[in-house]
Amino acid sequence: MLHRADVTRALTRIAHEILESARGPENLVLLGIPTRGVELANRLAALIGEFSDADIPVGSLDVTLYRDDLDRQPTRGPAPTLIPSGGIDGATVVLVDDVLYSGRTIRAALDAIADVGRPAAVRLAVLVDRGHRELPIRPDFVGKNLPSSSSERVNVRLDGNDGVEEVTIEG
Amino acid sequence: MRHLLSTKDLSRDEAVHVLDVTEDMAATQLREVKKLPTLRGKTVVNLFFEDSTRTRISFEAAAKRLSADVISFAAKGSSVSKGESLQDTAQTLEAIGADVIVLRHPASGAPAVLAESGWIAASVLNAGDGTHEHPTQALLDAFTLRRRIHGDGSRGRGLDGVRVLVVGDILHSRVARSNLWLLTTLGAEVTLVGPPTLMPFGIGDWPATVSYDLDAAIAEVRPDAIMMLRVQRERMSDAFFPSAREYSTLWGLSATRFAALPETCVVMHPGPMNRGFEIASVAADSPRSTVLEQVTAGVSTRMAALYLTATGAGA
Amino acid sequence: MTDPQRNAPQHFVLAGATLSDGRTLDIRIDGGIVAELGSRLDPRGATRVDAVGLIALPGLVDLHTHLREPGGEGAETVRTGSQAAAVGGFTAVNAMANTSPVADTASVVEQVLALGDAAGYATVRPIGAVSKGLAGEHLADIGAMARSRARVRVFSDDGMCVSDPLLMRRALEYIKTFDGVLAQHAQDPRLTEGAQLNEGAVSAELGLAGWPAVAEEAIIARDVLLAQHTGARLHVCHISTAGSVEVLRWAKSRGIRVTAEVTPHHLLLTDRLAEGYDARYKVNPPLRTDSDVAAVRAGLADGTIDIVATDHAPHSADSKHCEWSAAANGMVGLESALSVVHETMVETGLLDWAGVERVLSVTPARIGDVRGHGEPIAEGSAPEITLYDPAARHEFGTSDLAGKSRNSPYLGRSLPGRVIATFHHGYATVLDGRLVELESGAVRG
Repeated sequence: MLHRADVTRALTRIAHEILESARGPENLVLLGIPTRGVELANRLAALIGEFSDADIPVGSLDVTLYRDDLDRQPTRGPAPTLIPSGGIDGATVVLVDDVLYSGRTIRAALDAIADVGRPAAVRLAVLVDRGHRELPIRPDFVGKNLPSSSSERVNVRLDGNDGVEEVTIEG
Repeated sequence: MRHLLSTKDLSRDEAVHVLDVTEDMAATQLREVKKLPTLRGKTVVNLFFEDSTRTRISFEAAAKRLSADVISFAAKGSSVSKGESLQDTAQTLEAIGADVIVLRHPASGAPAVLAESGWIAASVLNAGDGTHEHPTQALLDAFTLRRRIHGDGSRGRGLDGVRVLVVGDILHSRVARSNLWLLTTLGAEVTLVGPPTLMPFGIGDWPATVSYDLDAAIAEVRPDAIMMLRVQRERMSDAFFPSAREYSTLWGLSATRFAALPETCVVMHPGPMNRGFEIASVAADSPRSTVLEQVTAGVSTRMAALYLTATGAGA
Repeated sequence: MTDPQRNAPQHFVLAGATLSDGRTLDIRIDGGIVAELGSRLDPRGATRVDAVGLIALPGLVDLHTHLREPGGEGAETVRTGSQAAAVGGFTAVNAMANTSPVADTASVVEQVLALGDAAGYATVRPIGAVSKGLAGEHLADIGAMARSRARVRVFSDDGMCVSDPLLMRRALEYIKTFDGVLAQHAQDPRLTEGAQLNEGAVSAELGLAGWPAVAEEAIIARDVLLAQHTGARLHVCHISTAGSVEVLRWAKSRGIRVTAEVTPHHLLLTDRLAEGYDARYKVNPPLRTDSDVAAVRAGLADGTIDIVATDHAPHSADSKHCEWSAAANGMVGLESALSVVHETMVETGLLDWAGVERVLSVTPARIGDVRGHGEPIAEGSAPEITLYDPAARHEFGTSDLAGKSRNSPYLGRSLPGRVIATFHHGYATVLDGRLVELESGAVRG
């Protein structure tokens, strides 16, 4: 559904949009949700840095310990949470994930952020929004809206994680 | 994992995974907000058939940091016979809705029996069974040692080539057994030291060197860590050794022996210590002692163990 | 003393049975004796039992059975225990003395005898205690038991060791009066305080207090010397270690009057089975190692060990389904004994069927002076016969157990052979592989 060029184009556009909505790079912190959200956050931070000639703090935010569905699905172990040394108090935190679906991961991420600090604002950037939200959560920055059936699987593969770069849907 | 009964059945990958999750838990304990919502709605029961304030408090703290409901049940001194009391008590707790039973029991194998019994659906976490195993103690020891050796680069690593002396009453020590299996699974080289009367019979196949001479072991092994076991004073009346003084002279970590250790060697003790008996204060209180780090690591380790068993999370 | 109105001798022709010496023929049971051996015997007037492919052995004799009555009826009674015996092909059992009250007086042994006769499934021979209350301090009423209707000839404190050397000496001397035999449970009590499992690699790993082989071997060594000194008959219960076999071999080479038994479980199972803390495998003496198993098999094959005895020890589910150290010692074994001996001794080529007949019938009857049993099948021999199908192999299950308790270590294990029929006093206690429901007689005495 998305090829390498599409992914690059989407990230570039999101980087511009983030800069624009934040009115500059000064207060931005990007937090990726493991595993692919971290790769995306790193790439967005690099792009934003390039466009604004600034160093954008980037980290990872694991949400495993905040999930409400630990019983229902086999979980992986938690991944590290790495908060940039400046912290997130007063910052505009942009959460970055690959696919937005039910919204439960983001709900968990908001709880996790609250335990780490008190940002001025939290925004959400996703590469793919596939719909089927179960909670009142919406993204601020979207690479691509991909209406899908809930029986389908959306797979995001990235250079940094998978050695290829594409988004596919499996029936 | 469904239960945590022993370190003997942990593979290297599983053991490293538990230690890595412990790293994650430890990281959350440095924050201002230490409490996580992870086990909200879960009930953890500490079922202790044996007194152990330290272990019980550590498990309680761990369960509470993960937002579980905690019920501590001291079943010691119960009037019913041993066998009945385990089954009946466990079934009562199951009826109350326990998701994890943390079991401390004087009978070796009691957690395994409970886990296999079909009496309960809850996960079983061994908090020390008889003279068999004490897996969370070994995990927190390994975590502490890995931190001392690899620092922030600990994640994903084992203890390959690390030389450890385990000194004392090996025969009656569940801590020694759990540590032996875990340390060697992680790649460490273990030497067991103690009087022959306190060495189990038939350990020729254990992955450890056995020595009766602590001074020789220190000189030959040049250990990276020395783990002193607590010696129960009642062993003396059972004639395992002639006197406390003789034990202390031959197998205690005296100031002289402490000085003979390599300068990088850390000193470990599962506590509570018999100061001046198996360990001299100069060793126990030195910067190379990890005694308090072990206590801190205990909470993170038990958080990891509770998380992994309560959620059935795999490696 | 079976009520003749009730379980009267019946008439059978066992057609085409194979005797332990390899001969195949028909056996006529008639009028309470084996009346005729021959080919194509006329089955008219008798029940014909097709025994083609089956081995006919003289009824098995167990020298070491715990029937639990009086006092332990929740786990077994004389009746249910002798039913288990019949299903296992046994026609006589020797009931151990560690009941409650202990069989240390004439009245208790006569009660057990009467219960056995009333049940009618097997000859029940009470064993008398060596010491009062099995306490190891004062001699029990040995003479009274020997002269009672139970005519006790085997004396044992089994479950406890007669550890005091002086009491052991006195007991050995005293039983000579009645040509009795002292069956010793060889276990040094000090060396086995709190012992849970064979002392070795497995006990070390599991953190269970060890039961060292030397605790058995040291007592046997002492006892064979006492037997030599007193000239009395010593029988050693449940030999479990390679070292014990060595001591016995030495004693027999010196002409000492000692006999010994091994249990089926010590011929087959090892301490590795304890690794899951399943207390079905908890037994005293404990399961040992592979090399011990090999040594007791070799000892049984070369006659150093005289017999196989079951040490059938029923326990309620509660006393097994608990922590290992809280669980009771013992396994049921009557129903599985012949199959286990078949697997461990016959299939391995260590014994032929004549050897099985010797270790499970002839010699135990001789050691225990169990009259009317252990006679090789011949014209005029006692009508105590077991028909065994050696070709069958199946997964042993609770449906194979006929006693009251289920603590068999073989459940779920594939075992060879099956007892098809058992004849006791000339009537069938088992037919077509199933227990025959006998009427219970009145208990006298």
